[in-house]
Amino acid sequence: MLLLAVDTATPAVTVALHDGESVLAESNQVDARRHGELLLPSVDKVLAEAGLKLEALTGIVVGVGPGPYTGLRVGLVTASTFATVLGIPVHGLCTLDGLAYAAGAAGIEGPFTVATDARRKEVYWARYEDPRTRVGEPAVDRPADIAERVAGVPAVGQGARLYPEVFPDAREPEHQSAAALAALAAERLAAGAEFLPATPLYLRRPDAQVPKNYKVVTPQ
Amino acid sequence: MADEPLVLGIETSCDETGVGVVRGTTLLADAIASSVDEHARFGGVVPEVASRAHLEAMVPTIERALKEAGVSARDLDGIAVTAGPGLAGALLVGVSAAKAYAYALGKPLYGVNHLASHICVDQLEHGPLPEPTMALLVSGGHSSLLLAPDITSDVRPLGATIDDAAGEAFDKIARVLQLGFPGGPVIDRLAREGDPKAINFPRGLTGPRDAAYDFSFSGLKTAVARWIEAKRNAGEEVPVRDVAASFQEAVVDVLTRKAIRACKDEGVDHLMIGGGVAANSRLRSLAQERCDDAGIILRVPRPKLCTDNGAMVAALGAEMVKRNRPASDWDLSADSSLPVTDPHVPGAAHAHAHDHDHVHELSKDNLY
Ligand SMILES: [Zn+2]
Repeated sequence: MLLLAVDTATPAVTVALHDGESVLAESNQVDARRHGELLLPSVDKVLAEAGLKLEALTGIVVGVGPGPYTGLRVGLVTASTFATVLGIPVHGLCTLDGLAYAAGAAGIEGPFTVATDARRKEVYWARYEDPRTRVGEPAVDRPADIAERVAGVPAVGQGARLYPEVFPDAREPEHQSAAALAALAAERLAAGAEFLPATPLYLRRPDAQVPKNYKVVTPQ
Repeated sequence: MADEPLVLGIETSCDETGVGVVRGTTLLADAIASSVDEHARFGGVVPEVASRAHLEAMVPTIERALKEAGVSARDLDGIAVTAGPGLAGALLVGVSAAKAYAYALGKPLYGVNHLASHICVDQLEHGPLPEPTMALLVSGGHSSLLLAPDITSDVRPLGATIDDAAGEAFDKIARVLQLGFPGGPVIDRLAREGDPKAINFPRGLTGPRDAAYDFSFSGLKTAVARWIEAKRNAGEEVPVRDVAASFQEAVVDVLTRKAIRACKDEGVDHLMIGGGVAANSRLRSLAQERCDDAGIILRVPRPKLCTDNGAMVAALGAEMVKRNRPASDWDLSADSSLPVTDPHVPGAAHAHAHDHDHVHELSKDNLY
């Protein structure tokens, strides 16, 4: 098994190679504005570091969000294109599940929350029973509106750092890691578990202002 | 390569997901997926709606183009993609796909300019471009007069619109007349049954002291709207066909007059017209008439090649390969304001210095 994992759903541009047992190489950069520029050179770098070619891959793992749209699409279209050219499967995973899995590796066990920055004073979030078990579907909300539902448990992700009044017990990790996403995928593949299609979890409708009726230009 | 370069081109600068395949100056495939219907109810292109549609359509459209062309991806000599100008989020989908595609196939990547591609597409219709070529590009996003001594390396802007693009004016007048979106095709159709001389609408920037090659359509738009309102306020019926014909005449009169003047001033005997508005039947016929009178050879591609498509990007990419222009780097960015003077975006080792502020432009839109 040789998996290439990419995730561009958060400010992190993160890429990892995983052979089913361990991470062979990874690249993590945090720059919310340059996903498009950074992703391909990162892929090139991890392959070179591992001394491997793209043709050796057996599958692509991609974080499908939720995440701010423009960056999110960079990872998804890259993953789908690679998979098509190479004739290998693309495995979609919820980005928050990757963070939860990484939180487990960092020592969290019990119930906790994962929250990422959704901008516009909102967070993408989900509750977890344990690092492998999400409770329900991810959502996008204003932190104050979910304060009761996330009270009393620790939280991970940048969304938790941004709103300490709602997430007073913020823990590591802050940023998404493709290495964790790849490890989770390897585990799920070995267990024969299902994956998500490589389609984005936007959780918001596009901003589209229907133009107001034609404005009169002559003074009445 | 044994003969002429085989290039796949990807275009996602606005609402069309286009993928074309060309061999040299021969068109092999031109696959398009359009999200225009999704924008119609908004009366204009909604960037986020376009970007979402590009993501869905990207890989299937690439596959369709290759199938249509009957070639194997392994045989390609390069992958070209519109690097700009255009909608930032929309461009980014195509640029990301092109990079992944080129990287996975081990082929060179060419980030090219959307405007230069609109010019170069005519090679697929009428053979190699004369050098220099005078080009009038008119669409919903641009209206410019360009002089291209070498379409791969030297494109000079002579003039451009100072307010609305010509296609934008068509859309706005169609809205005032409640004809729906996009406005170009419906106004063209109605105008055929109207009298272009019925109403004498203003010709912007045609005074003796005005910039010779710049355009302005904002005043015209307002004049047409006022005229329609006056009719409505008087309780009279608006003669939609005459308004459409007279408005259209005002636009194409100015466009062709300035283009012919530029040809004469620069001593260029070829005029190329491209962009979505070049599909307008009156623009085509008036341009032909005036070029014939002036002894200028007119080149206008068929309407499908005038609107945004992937074949035009492939056509310019093939020319880049043929002339040994340097490929782009893997960190190629989608540049929503790529200057028309940059026909392509060569890799860092070959890039000429230009201080154009990419980060500023991207920061506006990258996340939302
Ligand atoms: Zn265009």
